[in-house]
Amino acid sequence: MRAQSPVLALRGVTKRFGGLVAVNAMDFDVAEHEVLGLIGPNGSGKSTTLNLISGALHPTAGTISLRGTPITELPAQDIARRGISRTFQLVRLLPSMTVAENVMAGAVFGHRRRWGGEATAHAEAMLERVGLARRGHLRVGQLTYIDTKRVELARVLASDPKVLLLDEWLAGLNPTELEEGIALIRSLRDEGRTVILVEHVMDAIRSLCDRCVVMASGTKIAEGGVSDVLSDPEVIRAYLGDEDA
Amino acid sequence: MRLTNRDWNALGLSALLIAVVCCLPFLTQGYWLSIGVTIAMYAVLATSWALFSGPTHYISLATAAFFGVGTYTVGYGIEVLPYWTLLPIAGVLGAVLAALAGLATLRLSGVYFVIFTLGLAEFIRQIITWVQNLTGQRGIYVLTSITESHIYWQLVGLAALVFLTGWLIGRSRLGFALRIIGDDEEVARHSGIHTARAKVLLFMVPGAAAAIAGAILAPRYVYIEPMLAFTPMLSFQVVIMALLGGTGRLWGPLVGVIPFTIIWEAISASFPNQTTLLLGVSFLVIVYLLPRGFVGLIEDTRHRGREAQA
Repeated sequence: MRAQSPVLALRGVTKRFGGLVAVNAMDFDVAEHEVLGLIGPNGSGKSTTLNLISGALHPTAGTISLRGTPITELPAQDIARRGISRTFQLVRLLPSMTVAENVMAGAVFGHRRRWGGEATAHAEAMLERVGLARRGHLRVGQLTYIDTKRVELARVLASDPKVLLLDEWLAGLNPTELEEGIALIRSLRDEGRTVILVEHVMDAIRSLCDRCVVMASGTKIAEGGVSDVLSDPEVIRAYLGDEDA
Repeated sequence: MRLTNRDWNALGLSALLIAVVCCLPFLTQGYWLSIGVTIAMYAVLATSWALFSGPTHYISLATAAFFGVGTYTVGYGIEVLPYWTLLPIAGVLGAVLAALAGLATLRLSGVYFVIFTLGLAEFIRQIITWVQNLTGQRGIYVLTSITESHIYWQLVGLAALVFLTGWLIGRSRLGFALRIIGDDEEVARHSGIHTARAKVLLFMVPGAAAAIAGAILAPRYVYIEPMLAFTPMLSFQVVIMALLGGTGRLWGPLVGVIPFTIIWEAISASFPNQTTLLLGVSFLVIVYLLPRGFVGLIEDTRHRGREAQA
C-alpha cells in the first residue's frame, strides 16, 4: 500500500476495436509528484492508453479515476478541465495563431481558467519556462521542430494540470535537441509535477522516470523501478524477441 | 472590460459611418433606396453568417430557413400582435431553430452539415405549403403603413447590432474558443473547450439575425408565399457574398456585399433567365481566384508592400 492515495488510478481498463484488444485490463496507479514511464514496443497500446486517460477515446471496460473520482465516461474537455492535460504524438499547434495565442489556449480554457491580462502574462511566463521567452509574437510556421514541441508543452503547462501526459514528446529530436528536451522534462520533474511519459528514448526513461509500466500487445507485462523493469527477461523478450533473451 | 484608444476610435468611426449611412433616405427614394435596403439586408445576413462560418468553416445554407421563419412570424403575427413585438419574437424563434439544428448536426462534420442546413429551409417550406394546402390558403397579406425608409433604418440598426455582437464575441472567450476550434477541434477539446456548446451558441447568432431580417422585410413583400420567403437562392447568395468579401475580418463580408448587390441588380435586370447559371459561375470564379476574398487580397497586397519596403 502506498502511503498517500494515487492521483490517477486505472483499474481493468480495456479498449476493444472490433475484434482487436488494443488495451487489455490495464491496472496502474500514479502517485503525486511521480514521473511514470509508460513503455513498450510499437503497437503495444501505450498511446491508446494515453488516449483513454485524456478522454480522446473511451474504454470498453474498466475505470479511470482522478483523486478517487471516476472520469472514465467524461468527454475530453471535462477531463482537461479537471486537470489532465496532454501533448500529442504528432505535435498539434494552432496554425492561424501566434505562439503566444497557442499557449493562451491552455491558460484560458484549462484546469485553472484565466482571461485578459492575467492569461497573457501567464502565457508569457510559460513560454519563458520552456525556453521561448520573447518569441510569443512568432507564427507557428516559423518555428523549428523542437520549438513547436516547446510551444505545445507550454500550452499544456499553462492550464496548471494536475497530471501531465506526454506522448513521445522527445521523439524525432536530434542529439543536441534531445539533451535540451530531457533537461526540460527533468526541470518539470524537479518542480514536483505528476507526469506520465510515453517514450521510446531509453536514456530519457532511465534519467527521468521514478517507475515504469511496460506494455506488450495491450497487456501490462511489468511494473516497478526503472532498472529492475528494464532487466526483466520478459521485457527484454518483448522488445527483442525470444532469441536474445 | 477595458477599451483602448484604438477601440474607442473604431467605435466612434463606426457610429459616424452608421449615422452617414442612415441619411440615404433623405437623399434619394426609389431605385437607390431599394438598392440600399438590399445591401443592408445582405450586410446583416452575410456578416452574421460569417460570424459562425468564418471561424468554424461550417458552410451553412440555413439562412433562408431562418429568414423565412422571421417573415412568417410577421405574416401570421401581424393580425394579433403589434409589429414591434414581432421582431424580437422572430429573433428568438430563429435562435431556437438554430440551436435545434445545431444540436442535431454540429457533431457531424462538413458535408453533412451543409446538406442538412439546405434541407432545413426546404423542409420548413414544405411544411408551410402543406399547412396552406390543408387550409386552402395560398399566401398571406402583410399590410402595414411601414415605408421603405423605415425598413432601411431598421436593417441598418440590425446590421449595427450584428457588428457590435461580432465585435464583442471577437473579444470574448467564446470568440477565442471558436478560433481554436476552427484551427484544430481535437486541440480545442483537449484544452478544455466544450466545442459542441460553443458552436451551438454561435450558430444562434446568424439564426436570430436572419430571422429578424426576414421579419423586417415582410412588410416590403406585402404578399408572402413559401417560395418567396424560403428561397434557396438567398442562402447561396449570402455564402457567395461573404466569401467574396472574406470571412477573416468582421468587415470582410460587407466588402463583398456592396459590389455584389449592385452588379447583381444589373445582371438580373439584363439576364433575368440566366441568374442561377451566373450565380454558379460567380461562385466558381470567387473560389478559384479569391479563396480568401477581398480581405485576403487586401492583406496580401499590404504584406507585399511591407516586404518591398523592408
